[in-house]
Amino acid sequence: MLRLAGVGYRYAGYAKPVLSDIDLTLADGEIVGVVGANEAGKSTLCLVASGLAPGSIGGALTGGGFSIDGESMAGKPLHEFSTRVGIGFQNPATQLSGVTGSVFEEVALGPMNLGLHRRDTVERVRAALATLGIEDLAEREPRRLSGGQGQLVVIASLLAMRPSHLVLDEPTAQLDPEGTRLVGEALRALAKTGAALLIAEHKTDLLDGLCSRVVVLDRGRIVADGPTGAVLDDPALVERGVDPPSRVRLARALREARLDPGLVA
Amino acid sequence: MLVMAAKARVLGTLFRASLLLTLPIAISVVLVSVFTRAGTTVLFQVGPFDATLEGVDFAAQTLARLFAISASIGLFVLVTEPRAFVFDLERRGVPPRLAFIAVATIEAVPTLIDRATVIGESQRARGLDTEGSLRARLRGLLPMVGPVIIGSLTDVEERSLALESRAFSRPGRRHLLWSMPDTTWERVLRWGLLLGLITLVVLRFTGRV
Repeated sequence: MLRLAGVGYRYAGYAKPVLSDIDLTLADGEIVGVVGANEAGKSTLCLVASGLAPGSIGGALTGGGFSIDGESMAGKPLHEFSTRVGIGFQNPATQLSGVTGSVFEEVALGPMNLGLHRRDTVERVRAALATLGIEDLAEREPRRLSGGQGQLVVIASLLAMRPSHLVLDEPTAQLDPEGTRLVGEALRALAKTGAALLIAEHKTDLLDGLCSRVVVLDRGRIVADGPTGAVLDDPALVERGVDPPSRVRLARALREARLDPGLVA
Repeated sequence: MLVMAAKARVLGTLFRASLLLTLPIAISVVLVSVFTRAGTTVLFQVGPFDATLEGVDFAAQTLARLFAISASIGLFVLVTEPRAFVFDLERRGVPPRLAFIAVATIEAVPTLIDRATVIGESQRARGLDTEGSLRARLRGLLPMVGPVIIGSLTDVEERSLALESRAFSRPGRRHLLWSMPDTTWERVLRWGLLLGLITLVVLRFTGRV
């Protein structure tokens, strides 16, 4: 279980915190969505939850505590986070290492960094590719993949680290509909394996069918946290700069047209 | 070296690349050496300048050295995949961080060119004149510099974060999945060349060559 208790964070050189009083728990096997307008603090929350802020990018926690499975993560070296929380970003091109010649090698890079024996690395890579159904990409050159395929390889690279939690910061932001569909299906497959996922996304349609819980961020604070249906159906969501999923928009349009919203289901 | 290039089927490419690399400096070396080198055997005269046999000899030696240097670098670049070279360095004990920086630097060049091309095209689509006179080209270059550099820095930051999340900073040795083929004759040739080089250097310094 990953737990942020009353956490605040400010970037280096800034007096004002970007996140304040964040109380967030990601239980084992739970999938939590994070929504919010631009600049709400979604990406920063992802960085904090993965230990990269302040661990790698600097800045400082302004309060609260961060623990994983009951163990405080304060002051832990970054490589200790990597087997407990994996993080994926928007752009697959910048997450691929650029030093490998095939997808298999790319996915193997993380397990190799852990100092695993070759046999274990190969086993992890095969399992990660199989989980996402991308074994056929194993021999492809990472730089020649489409955006959706690239993002799947990034997620496979994270899975090969066998972290107990995965944090994904807008994993479909730069993808076309086909790429979004591929990643969405992969995340659903991941969810079935019992992985705990924290997904920051603008595409609420993706979160609607995937998450058990959704958190709404507004100016660095959590302003709503509850079951997906309840949070995404909330009319106040639009005022927070978040587009409701098409299911909700359609139901509202039907209501306005005095038609039965039950038609949506 | 030329035998190796021929075996790797890059002799023509190597010759062209080396010629292109050395041509500007070769021209100046020939002109300066042939016409200004003092000597007793004058081959011909151009105005006040004497072309001497000693100058031709010196120019030929310098050109041979230049060609040897550029051809050896060219051969290395043409037949060695950067990532293979770097992973082999790591296998031999070079720290992974250093090895990664080396390959990332090599690999950054085509990425920067691609980014500059995209930004240049988008700037031109918005009416920026990047063709014509040298002045116009320089004027068109300036608006590209910022986006290319800042974009590259942002990419580097995101890539380093992504690598951190894959335990890149973990200390300790890694078990690499791949290794460079290294046959017996390759090892013999490598050691032979190294011994030959040392012998030549010693002979040179002792005045025997």
